[in-house]
Amino acid sequence: MTDDLLELAGRSYRSRLLTGTGKYRDFDETIAATEAAGAEIVTVAIRRTNIGQDKDQPNLLDYLPPDRFTILPNTAGCFTAKDALRTCRLARELLDGQALVKLEVLADQETLFPDITATLEAAEILVKEDFQVMVYTNDDPVIAKRLEELGCVSVMPLAAPIGSGLGIRNPYNILTIVENASVPIIVDAGVGTASDASIAMELGCDGVLMNTAIAGARDPVLMASAMRKAVEAGREAFRAGRIPRKRFASASSPLDGTFF
Amino acid sequence: MEIILNGEPLRVKDGLTAAGLVASLDLSGRRYAMEINGELLPKSMHEEHELIPGDRIEIVHAVGGG
Repeated sequence: MTDDLLELAGRSYRSRLLTGTGKYRDFDETIAATEAAGAEIVTVAIRRTNIGQDKDQPNLLDYLPPDRFTILPNTAGCFTAKDALRTCRLARELLDGQALVKLEVLADQETLFPDITATLEAAEILVKEDFQVMVYTNDDPVIAKRLEELGCVSVMPLAAPIGSGLGIRNPYNILTIVENASVPIIVDAGVGTASDASIAMELGCDGVLMNTAIAGARDPVLMASAMRKAVEAGREAFRAGRIPRKRFASASSPLDGTFF
Repeated sequence: MEIILNGEPLRVKDGLTAAGLVASLDLSGRRYAMEINGELLPKSMHEEHELIPGDRIEIVHAVGGG
């Protein structure tokens, strides 16, 4: 089989499943699930250091070393463009100058839908500051294109609200976003189970990012494995080209040579 | 003098540098980033940057997140 790599911000990845690192029981479960998922890109949040904590207490990046994983700092929890910019600048410093960030600016606590005007504003500034911006957005094809035109390296439409597990609510919009795009489209948020990830990939998305669907499963490591297979299966099905849907049957066996 | 570190008031000696603060917190050599009054302070400036009273300092690191 020929290599089918995800080309993202100048690097190539075998895995098209990106995973979050939140909501796990402990770091051991985080790394076990990350490995079962086969993820090469993992998101992290940027938060205050616990002052006075034990110096020997393990750090997330000890478990997920940046020389083995692409660490994708995320502006999760930011509700203003200003806070997202601060977070990205701190993240770049934290990761020794790495420019790759995931931008999300949220609008309200209940839906966690993106604040699109603030997202556009922050994306424009970040691109000017030479960040490589992967941007979380809604499933609006017009906005997705606008974000690409601003210079984002990947556009990441939601399937459904963050953590909802509702799956792809608007496959036709996701399809339109994919068809219009010349940067990787990675479905971010809302996946609930393996079939949701497959559907995203069958629509032609370049990857899927998820956290809760794995970390919140009864058995996160097993779900991580299921998601890896689902993403791979969906990708292969997309590349293979599915048959068209038809209203009536089409026999699988030859009609010639029947003896009955 | 008093500064605000990660949202909490903290008494430190006058003229303390950013690097001095980091050392006093036992964070030297660890992976962190710092901003002062909302602006990033690059590591290359920690040695020379002197804190002033009322500075609001954030020291952050990476944690699990989506």
